[in-house]
Parts: sequence; C-alpha cells; structure tokens
Amino acid sequence: MALLQIAEPGMSTEPHQHRLAVGIDLGTTNSLVATVRNGIAVCINDEQGRALLPSIVHYKPEGAVDVGWQAQGAQAQDPRNAIVSVKRFMGRGLRDVAHVESMPYDFVDAEGMVRLRTVQGIKSPVEISADILKVLRTRAEASLGGELTGAVITVPAYFDDAQRQATKDAARLAGLNVLRLLNEPTAAAIAYGLDNGAEGVYAVFDLGGGTFDISILRLSRGVFEVLATNGNAALGGDDFDHRLFCWVLDNAKIAPPSVEDARMLLMKSRSAKEQLSANTEVPIFAKLQSGERIELAITRDAFVDITQNLVGKTLAPTRKALRDAGLEPKDVKGVVMVGGATRMPHIQRAIGDFFGQEPLTNLDPDKVVALGAAIQANVLAGNRKAEDDWLLLDVIPLSLGLETMGGLTEKVITRNSTIPIAKAQEFTTYKDGQTAMAFHVVQGERELVSDCRSLARFELRGIPPMVAGAARIRVTFQVDADGLLSVAAREMSSGVEASVTVKPSYGLTDDEIAGMLRSGADHAREDMEARKLREYQVEAGRLIDATEAALAEDARLLAADERTAIDRMLARLRTLAAGSDAAALSAAIAEANHATTDFAARRMDQSVRRALAGQKLDELKV
Amino acid sequence: MSTEFNQDFFTLFGIAPGFHLDPLALETAYHDLQTRVHPDRFAHLSDADKRVSMQWATRINEAYRTLKNPLSRAQYVLLLKGVDTATESNTAMPPAFLMEQMEWREAVQEARAGEDVDELDKLLARLRHQHAGVVGEIERDIDRTRDYHAAAAAVRRLMFLEKLQHDILDAIESLET
Repeated sequence: MALLQIAEPGMSTEPHQHRLAVGIDLGTTNSLVATVRNGIAVCINDEQGRALLPSIVHYKPEGAVDVGWQAQGAQAQDPRNAIVSVKRFMGRGLRDVAHVESMPYDFVDAEGMVRLRTVQGIKSPVEISADILKVLRTRAEASLGGELTGAVITVPAYFDDAQRQATKDAARLAGLNVLRLLNEPTAAAIAYGLDNGAEGVYAVFDLGGGTFDISILRLSRGVFEVLATNGNAALGGDDFDHRLFCWVLDNAKIAPPSVEDARMLLMKSRSAKEQLSANTEVPIFAKLQSGERIELAITRDAFVDITQNLVGKTLAPTRKALRDAGLEPKDVKGVVMVGGATRMPHIQRAIGDFFGQEPLTNLDPDKVVALGAAIQANVLAGNRKAEDDWLLLDVIPLSLGLETMGGLTEKVITRNSTIPIAKAQEFTTYKDGQTAMAFHVVQGERELVSDCRSLARFELRGIPPMVAGAARIRVTFQVDADGLLSVAAREMSSGVEASVTVKPSYGLTDDEIAGMLRSGADHAREDMEARKLREYQVEAGRLIDATEAALAEDARLLAADERTAIDRMLARLRTLAAGSDAAALSAAIAEANHATTDFAARRMDQSVRRALAGQKLDELKV
Repeated sequence: MSTEFNQDFFTLFGIAPGFHLDPLALETAYHDLQTRVHPDRFAHLSDADKRVSMQWATRINEAYRTLKNPLSRAQYVLLLKGVDTATESNTAMPPAFLMEQMEWREAVQEARAGEDVDELDKLLARLRHQHAGVVGEIERDIDRTRDYHAAAAAVRRLMFLEKLQHDILDAIESLET
C-alpha cells in the first residue's frame, strides 16, 4: 500500500508554489528588508547595492517625498521637513518624547499621538513610517518580481500596545499584509540560533538607534522560548549622539545654535561617535551659519565618561530580565549583540563584564534582525518545509491591567507571560442601581495608574439595575501572537456585552486610518473601489485554496450535508471573485469564514488527538 | 468548543493527574501541542483557522502555566477533587504560622528601609527553602495520604509565602533602580 503524504497545516502543499514574503526591520536610524531566496535569508539591496535605508523622510514643498539616502542631505538644510528617528514618536504623546526642545520639528500640540506640521500638512508618525515602508515594499516587489503575500515587521520587544498598534497601522497604510509583528531580539535569536544550531540559554542584547531590549531565550530542540524580556523603549544610540552634541555645545562655547546648525552638529556628533569605536581620538570641525568655526577633538575616554550612565541604564533591565527568568549571569551560554550601538567598545566591555564572557559579535548587528524576520515571514507565508519545523514562543513585555478605585492598577496579565494569552477578571458595581461602568486599560508595572501607560478607555452600558456589589462584570483580556490586546466585557447575570478592540489613547482610530488610506497619494491615482475589489479577490483566492487543501486532507470529518454546504459556498466565492461586486464578495468571505469555523475546529481537535496518541508530525500515516 | 478543547489539563497533555509530575514530560507535551496549534502555523490560512488556532494556543498556554507552577498546580488538582482553595479563604490559619509571617514582614521592611539588598537576598534564600518544604507537604497530602483538606491548608500557607517572595523581589527591584 502506498503511503500518502499528509501535509500538516502550515506546510506548503505544492512545493513549486512559493509565496513572496519579506521581513522588515523598521529601525530608528536605518530600515532593511530581507527575504528567503533558495533557502537562504538575504537582505534585498537597493539599485546601488545598499541594504540599509536611512529612516529619514523628507517632505518637499512641491509634493514629492524623498526617503532614505536622498533625504539625508536635507537634514541640515530643511530640518523641519526632514524627519529622522520617527520611531521614537510611534504611539507616543508629545510629553513622552525626550529632548523635544532640541528637535527642529514643528510639533502640533494636541491630545494623543504626536503630530508634526510639515510643508505637506500635518503628519502622524504612522504616516511617516508608512512612507519608509512603501519604499521597502517597492524595492522588494521589484527585486522579487511580484506582489508580496505578506510581511513580518519587527518591533522592539519592549514596545507597548500603542507602539505595536502604530507599527501595524503604518504597515497597513503602506499596503502590506502583516503576517506577524515580531520582537527584534527574538528575530535575531532565530537568525543566530538556526545558523549555529544553538542549544541552551542565550541573552540577546539589542541596543538600536532609539530603543533598548534585552531578551533571555531558551533554545532547545527547535523551540525558541523567550523566558523574559525587558528594556527601555526610549534609550538608544541617539542618546549617545545627544550627549556628545551637548558636550560639543559646552566646549565650543557658542551661542545657542539655529535649528539648521543644531541638526548639523548632531550629525557631526553621530559621525564622531561612530569613529570613536575604531579610534581613540576624533576631531570635530564645523562651520556655523554665522561663520563661526568649531574645532574640537574628543578622546574615547572623554566620550566614555559622558556616556557611562547611559551604559549603566542598560544593566538594570538586564538584571531584571534575568531575575524574571529565574536565572543568573552564569546560566547564560552566549550573549548575542544586536543593533549598531553595540559596536561601541565600552558597551561590549560592560556586557562582557556583567555576563563574565565575551559577547558574540560575529554577526552583522545591523542586518541580523531583518534576516530573522525574513526567515519567520517565509514560514508564516506557508513556505514551510519539513526542516523548518521550529516553534517560537514569545512573551508580553509589560503587564496589562485596569484602573480600579483610588487610581490603582489591578493587573490582569503579568509581564513575561507567554502569548497568546487570555485572562478574565470580575468586577462589581459600587452604587445601587448603577447601569454603566467605565474601564480604563493601562500597561506597566507600577501600582499607580498615573505611573502606567494609558492604553484605552471603554464603557459597558445597560447593566440591569441591582444593589451595589450584585452585578458581576467579567472583563476578558486577550493578547494575540502579535502582542496586541483586545478587551471584552460582559455582565454575567444579564449577558450584556461590550466588546472593544483596544483603541490606544496614543493611537489612531479606524476612521483616521481609513481617511489616510483615501488621501494617500498612491491611492488617489488608483480607483479605491477597484483596489478594494482586488484585495477581496486575493483574500477569496486564499480562502478557496486553504479550504480545498483542508478538504483534500480531512473531508471525512464532515457529514454529507456539511460538505455540500461548503462546496456550495466555494462555488459562490469563485463566481463572485470573477465578478466585480466588491460588497457581495466581502459578505461572501465573511460568511465563508463563519461557515468553516466548525470544520477548522474539528481539524484542530484531530491534530491535538494525534499529539496525544504520541504521533510525531513525521510519523503520520494513513 | 469541542470536548478536546474542554478536557482537563492533565488529559490535554496526556500526563497522569496528580501533584507530582515530570517537568520534562510536561514541557515535551507542551511543545508538541503548541507545534500543532500555534498561530504561526496558520498565519497564511483563513480567518476561521486563525481564530481556532489562537483559542487553542491560548488554552494550551493556560494549561502549561497552571501545571508548571506548584501553587497553581496544587490549586488545580484540588479543584478537580472538588476542593476550592480560593473560596475557603484564610480561615483557621495556625497562629504560629501567622506569627512567623509577621516576623518575616518586619524583617523585609527593615531590610528595605536599611537599603540592604544582601539581607533581602538572604531572606529570599531562606524563604525559598521554606517554600520547598511546603511544596513537599502538598505532594504528600495529595499524592500519598490523599488528605485534600490538609493539602488545601498547605496551599493557603504557600500563597502567603509566594506573596512574601513577591514583596521581597519588589523590594530588591526598587532598591536597584
């Protein structure tokens, strides 16, 4: 009897059908896009052969947008409209951003996420990030020769919900299908671990341009399990530049510089910092607009001196992560260094001293995150091969909770819980006849709500009047595999339900995103309706393929009438996908997803039963 | 949801119900199951598949978290036996134990006020020793003597110790930052 090959979910059924997927490292200073080609993860270079795209967006008066190297020159000439390090503004309010006073931008003073007034109008950090992502998407599609199935976008592990949601929104604006938000240190661990067949506990120390993460992972038999993560979402190479910039101002004894001079001096400071990694003394020459000249030299020792406390700021989170993982420095087998800022010798020395071992610097700290994301994207897009049988278990970096009486936080999900995770908590009314209840969702470790990040507020209405304390309000938090939270609330005795997807206090509403999509220059040229129809057609195609593959394997799990219903639904999807009625097609997709839920659940049951029966994936036979 | 989904955590992982368990067997079963149900396997499939996958992965994470930690495992086993340790709140705690708790708290407060991290570390080590002793009692009460009410009493003491451990870690953290 011939053995039939059973494809597990997630494994490609037709090996020749390669779906185009990329990993994108959307960095503070530089961004990259990578893909898996012939089984090997590679960065996709621009036409000049450069992998890095400086994360700089220049809005020009006549309506053009320059991104990357082209925009770099505009930094000092047109600093108000040449936006750098926009990642620092993602999901942040104006008051959260450090060094606002020395930034050249025209900030809009309003509630919620920071906005910048540019020559092309008011821009949200989400739109600016989308402009960077669009360039990477275009680069990837040109290089791969087709439309992308999806992308994995990396985020700092220590990003909170608002920052993650902002990143996902930016990808959506850029027309990318986000397969997953992946934590940067985890991406690096995948790239490093798979390459080196690593086993044991590893620390990933990731100091980028604007963010710092430390993740402790255990790698065993193809499982990448994050044990704990910590960090500082507002600490990075930029801060080292800023210290040096302040040193230059102090030592040059000049009047407060113009915004153009300030930007120029900051660029000189960054360049000097980079040179100090290889040299013990570096000159800093500059000519100001006033004609004044600056001629200074900084030694490595002086630089170490003025930045030592920044280095120190990375150690406390590192200690915390280890403690949360229940480990000591000596338990760590290797320390993987990621991010351009880890090139600084005094960072390497401090980390080496802390862990009692030389950190691993044999990989390119600029590229390793994008490469790991590409490997993950390849698997998530459905190009999984038998040897890609690895599993990634990541955690939520910061606790999630609700505000209770007296401005205190009630934690619902604690930091470093493996995701996805759901938890329910019950609350009650405090007044007789109370019919509504307001909830304030926060993220952070502190006891006082005012010390945590406000994520969102929502209300549950229509609670039947009862005496105080009689109502039972169950609030359920669900965190998905992207680390994003959704919250549902229900009064248990009446069943009144209020379900919300957390709309961050520092985020954009669905309407705002829709508005940005409509006004996007890309889409103005394109008929919105036609674009929508095409998206639905792609989705219908994906749904038909997936359902057919499921039927080929597991049709016997369906009764005859259920099979007929699914076949009829597939036929309807095919007909509508060939037509031009976007609304009808969208409705049919929703219906089909609903109709196949039972089938999906039964297939999953079967898979779980097989696991219980001790059958390994590669031993399955019919 | 299906019967598979709602079965108890021990059945879900295919391991014998009881307090004592082989951590490696638990971890292996956990990884095997997550490999099959995790959302990363279903990212390219339909919304129905993604939803079912997230529910399953969430459930399996909950099961693993519950069984991995001795306190939550003991509470879960007792719940299966019909003893709800949460509702029988701290009635009838032995006075000697309560006295000891007060002494612990004072020692932690004193070390915190004196900013003495070394002392806090020492307290933590002593506490962990005591913690292990209570876990041993629970194992005996559940697995050998099957005295579930004695086990429930030990579980309540363990809750005190975990709270204390949490406070010490908090104190260390606040002194280090």
